[in-house]
Amino acid sequence: MRRLKYNQAISEATVQCMERDPNVFVAGIGVKDPGGIFGTTEDANRRFPSRVFDIPNCENAFAGITIGAAAMGKRPLVVHPRNDFMFLTTDMLINLAAKWKYMYQNGSSVPVVTRGIVGRGFGQGATHSQSTHALFGHFPGLYVATPCFPSDMKGLLVSALTGDVPVVLIENRAVYNLEDDVPEEPIAIPFGKGRVIREGTDVTIVGASLMAYESLRAAAILSEQHGVSAEVIDPRSIRPLDEEIILESVAKTRHLVVADTSHATYGFAAEVAAVAAEKALGDLRAPVKRVTLPDSPAPVTKSLEEIFHPSPMSIAQACLDVLKAEAQVTSHLRDVQEAFAGPY
Amino acid sequence: MTGKDATTLLREMIRIRVAEETVGRYYPEQEMRTPTHFSIGQEAISVGVCQALEHTDAAYSGHRCHAEYLAKGGSLIGMFAELYGRVDGCCRGRGGSVHLNAPEVGLIASSAILGETIATAVGSAWAFKMDGSSRIAVTFFGDGVTEEGIMHECLNFASVMQVPVLFVCGNNGLSTNTPLSVRQPKGHQIWKWAAGYGIPAVHVDGGDVFAVHEAAKQAVAHIRAGNGPYFIEAPYFRARVHVGYESDAEKNYAFRSKEAVEAGMALDPVAKATRTLIADGVCTQAEVDAWTAALVQEVEDVVAAAKASPYPSTDELLVGTY
Repeated sequence: MRRLKYNQAISEATVQCMERDPNVFVAGIGVKDPGGIFGTTEDANRRFPSRVFDIPNCENAFAGITIGAAAMGKRPLVVHPRNDFMFLTTDMLINLAAKWKYMYQNGSSVPVVTRGIVGRGFGQGATHSQSTHALFGHFPGLYVATPCFPSDMKGLLVSALTGDVPVVLIENRAVYNLEDDVPEEPIAIPFGKGRVIREGTDVTIVGASLMAYESLRAAAILSEQHGVSAEVIDPRSIRPLDEEIILESVAKTRHLVVADTSHATYGFAAEVAAVAAEKALGDLRAPVKRVTLPDSPAPVTKSLEEIFHPSPMSIAQACLDVLKAEAQVTSHLRDVQEAFAGPY
Repeated sequence: MTGKDATTLLREMIRIRVAEETVGRYYPEQEMRTPTHFSIGQEAISVGVCQALEHTDAAYSGHRCHAEYLAKGGSLIGMFAELYGRVDGCCRGRGGSVHLNAPEVGLIASSAILGETIATAVGSAWAFKMDGSSRIAVTFFGDGVTEEGIMHECLNFASVMQVPVLFVCGNNGLSTNTPLSVRQPKGHQIWKWAAGYGIPAVHVDGGDVFAVHEAAKQAVAHIRAGNGPYFIEAPYFRARVHVGYESDAEKNYAFRSKEAVEAGMALDPVAKATRTLIADGVCTQAEVDAWTAALVQEVEDVVAAAKASPYPSTDELLVGTY
C-alpha cells in the first residue's frame, strides 16, 4: 500500500484494466493532450496509444457511439473534462444505455463507463461547476458514483470497467488534491456500498462527493470546538444507495445532516432525507437538515463564489442546529480550492 | 441477377407485407397494445439492403422497424409475440413494436428516439474497425432523423474515423405528418448532406427492390474493402398513417392530396417487383399467389402461437433493470 492522489488512482485503475482487457478503450475530447485530463489519461495514452482516442465534438452522438461499441463487446471509458457537457449525453445514457438490458431482454448489456469532472473554484461559474449525479441517479438502469477518496475511486472504476452495467462517475475537481492509501492491485469496490469514514455518536453526516471530505473537516470542528461527536458516511455510490449504512448510523446518533455538492430540490440530499423519513422516523430526535447549494446558478465573482458552496463551517453549523445546541461555529477553515490558481 | 436471387428479393418482401397486413387485420382487436408504425411501402429498401449483408453484420433500425427486423432474418414469432406482449416476444414484452431486435441474425436494436441508432451503428462499425474485422454496420432511418443534430455529428465522426458503416435513409417525405417542405431547405436533397461530409452518397428509387439491391451491393463492397462509410437515400411512399394501420382517407387526413396518395400507392414495391419478374419470365403469377398463400397460412399459425404464449409473470417486473 502506498499513498496516491486521486488522479493517480484513476490513471492506475485505467491502465490496469486496459492491461487485463483488450476491449477497454479511453475516449474523449483532449484525452491525448499533454497532461491527459488532469493526469488521468496520460499513462494510458503512453502505454496504449492506439486505444486512447481524441474525438470530434459530439457529446450526444458519442454517447451513442460508445453504446454501439459496447454492444459489440467493447468497454468504452469516456471522459468529460466538465460534466456539464454530459447534459448533451442524457438521451443516450438515460433513454438507451440505462434501458438497454431491460427493454431488449436478449441477455446483452452496454457497460459504457462515463467519467465527468465537476469544476470548483477560480470562477468556474454557472455551466462549469454543476454536479449532475442526482440527474443520472434518478433513472433505473445506471450505476452512479461520486467517489471522494483515491482508494474508493480506484476500486469503483475497476468495478465499472469489469461489470456489465452502464456507469456514471462524477469527480469533483477539488478532490483531485486528496490522497490516501491505495491498494496496488485492481481490487473492485462494489456499487451500493458506503463507508463510515469517521465514527461518532451524536450526529450522522452523509456527504456525497467532495462533501464527504468537507464533512470530515466539519466533524473535526465539532469535536475540537463544540465537544460534538459526528459520524461521517461517504455513500461512495448514490445509485444504488447503501441505505443500510445510513439507517444503522441514524439508529445510533438519532440525528441526520446531509451535505451535497448540488441543489436541495429533488436532489441527493432529498433522497437521503426521504429514506430516513420512510424508514427511520422513529429514530430521529430532530428533523433532518440538508446542506446544499443555494437555489441559484453558480456565480463567477469571488465575493459570491466564496459563499456559494457548502463548507465545513456550514455543515458543522447544521449539525449544531439539529442538535439544538444554540452554539455558533466561529472557526474558519481554508476553502478547499483556495490554492487553486486556475484557470481550469 | 440470377432468377433465384431475384425471387428471393420478391419472396422476402411478400413475407414482410403479409406479416404487416396480418398485424393490421388483428390490430383492432386491442390485444396488440403497442404503438405500431407499419412498414408497408418500405419493404424494397429493407430487403434490398439486408440481402446484401451477412448475418454477422450489425444492423439497427428506428421506430418503423418491422421490415428491417424481418428482412435481416428476425423470426415471425419473436415479432408477433412481442406485439402481443408475451414471453416469446423478442423483448419478452418489454420493448414492443418499436424495439424489435434479433442479435442472433444481426438486428442489434431498434429505437423510438430519432437518431439514437445512427450513433450506435457508427459505434459498432468503429468497434469492427478497432478489431480489424470485416464486419460492417448498417443503420436504417427516415428523412425526419436527418434534421437532428446527431445525424450530422455521426456523419462527421464516421467520415473522420473512416468507419465501416452504411447509412440508409428511407425518405417518405413525412415526419409524422409534417412534410419536408417545412422541415428542410427548398430544393435540398438529403444525400447531399452526406456528400458534404466527404461520404460517397447515392440516390436510388426506394420502390425498386432490384435497384436498391444493386446500390446496396456496391455500397457494401466499398465499405468492406476498407473505404469508409457510404450513404444511400431511397425515397418511398408511406402507405399508411404515421402510427396505426389506417390509410390517410380513413383518418380524413389531407396533408397529402388525394392525387398524391393515388400516385404513391401505385408505386407499391411488391406489385412492381412482381410485374417485373413476371414480365422477365422469372416467375408466374400463379407462383407468386402460391408463395403468398403459404405465407398467409404461416403467419396465421404464428399469430395463434403468439396468442398462446403466456404474459410475463408479475414477479418479473424488475428483471433486467440491472
